[in-house]
Amino acid sequence: MVVDLRCCIGCQTCTAACKQANGTPPAVQWRRVVDIETGTYPDVRRTFVPVSCMHCGDPPCMDVCPTRATYQRNDGLVGIDYELCIGCAYCAVACPYQQRFKVQRPTFAYGAEPNPAEAAQFDPARLGVSTKCTFCSDRIDAAQGTGRTPGVDPEVTPACVNSCISGALHFGDRDDPRSNVSKLLRANEYFRMHEELGTDPGIYYLVEGRP
Amino acid sequence: MPGQVAPARQGYWDWRAACNFIFGGSGAGTLAYAAAVPSPSAGLGLLGLALVCCGLLCVWFEIGRPWRALHVFLHAQSSWMTRESIVALPLLVVGLGAIWYGGRWLPWFTAALALAYLYSQARMLQGARGIPAWRHPRVVPLMIATGLAEGAGLGIVTQLLLGPAALPGWAALLLVGLVLVRALAFVTYLGGLGPAAAPTKARAVLAQFGRRLIGLDAVAIIAAALGTIEPRYAWAVGLAGLVTAFAGGWFKFTLVTRAAYNQGFALRLTPVRGAGVTRPGARPGW
Repeated sequence: MVVDLRCCIGCQTCTAACKQANGTPPAVQWRRVVDIETGTYPDVRRTFVPVSCMHCGDPPCMDVCPTRATYQRNDGLVGIDYELCIGCAYCAVACPYQQRFKVQRPTFAYGAEPNPAEAAQFDPARLGVSTKCTFCSDRIDAAQGTGRTPGVDPEVTPACVNSCISGALHFGDRDDPRSNVSKLLRANEYFRMHEELGTDPGIYYLVEGRP
Repeated sequence: MPGQVAPARQGYWDWRAACNFIFGGSGAGTLAYAAAVPSPSAGLGLLGLALVCCGLLCVWFEIGRPWRALHVFLHAQSSWMTRESIVALPLLVVGLGAIWYGGRWLPWFTAALALAYLYSQARMLQGARGIPAWRHPRVVPLMIATGLAEGAGLGIVTQLLLGPAALPGWAALLLVGLVLVRALAFVTYLGGLGPAAAPTKARAVLAQFGRRLIGLDAVAIIAAALGTIEPRYAWAVGLAGLVTAFAGGWFKFTLVTRAAYNQGFALRLTPVRGAGVTRPGARPGW
């Protein structure tokens, strides 16, 4: 995933789209936008930084998981097998991006009872286990054999990317030099969050165009 | 916490996880001490094993799906939590065997397994790469030294309660040595937590605790010396043991629950938005 920090306006539409698509309970935000203020008055700058699971190439959460519930797919996405997870939260303290969530009891937005949308999406398998962003892997998987491309065709693209109103979020295959994200990375300066920890994070933040 | 940018204290591992390190470490240390004393009573071994079991029980109360606990054995390739669990099984079996049959080798075999258990716990903490104060490599010798010191302290107290005659003459010296090693390991660890290694708040918590630890260590050393020099005050060696164990437990509780600030978020560069140029980034809370 590529995030163009020059474009993000902090509207949190991606946050809302993620919650709608994945039915996450209150206080669980698989995707969110943090607001970082830098500088000192009057020379101050605000940067809106969308964050989620980084789907690291070397995920610390996977190494520590005692049950193999956390796994890495062949395409690099990091997933969780809810049936294996014991909810020890070791992955939560191993993730440098604070992108693991654990909810023990059902919670809903408006009291003890779910509204119709929450009831439709409620999944008891997610209680007491670790959860996180999947990059909407069900949508990505739906592209197989259909000729559609994740990141290009909306129906097989993560919900957050589809919803972004400012064109800040991009999704695609980093290993394909012709992909949209590869072109963006060639054309711009970028960094990755906490890269120094050796996690090989899969989200790239664009900051400036290359001359 | 949504919206939090600077490092925040993690809430996933609470007092129950801390108790696993407290009981597990001190239990393993007690078993190591039991192997070192010439004629250990069954009480020492039982205490060590009971503490290890208490620690594991605390973890069981912590996990979200306790009835799947056996899944913990599935990832020995890289998970220190799995390895800790795997070592726990022979530790309990061999430890009970050592209590039941005694002999020369079983207590030493138990001690070796206890040290492996202690090492696994230390590496488990270091493996949590999201918590800077835990992932520092110097946390490993510190946790091991703490466990051994706690074990010696509890072992001495137990021996004094069961029969002061059983306490070897070198026990107080061993305790003082382990307290000094732990203090040295703590100072070295704290020295390694520079501005690049841990968030400001985590360092502040540990620095504040360090003053208390040194104070408690001083009390333990003075008490051990008093009990050794003057036989009338032999109970002071027990006090030294208690203080040592208490300080170790307090340290682990502080490390796991109070100093456990996460990485937070950081920018390596701030982007150009509209006019202007790219600028250096920010790392709030460090």
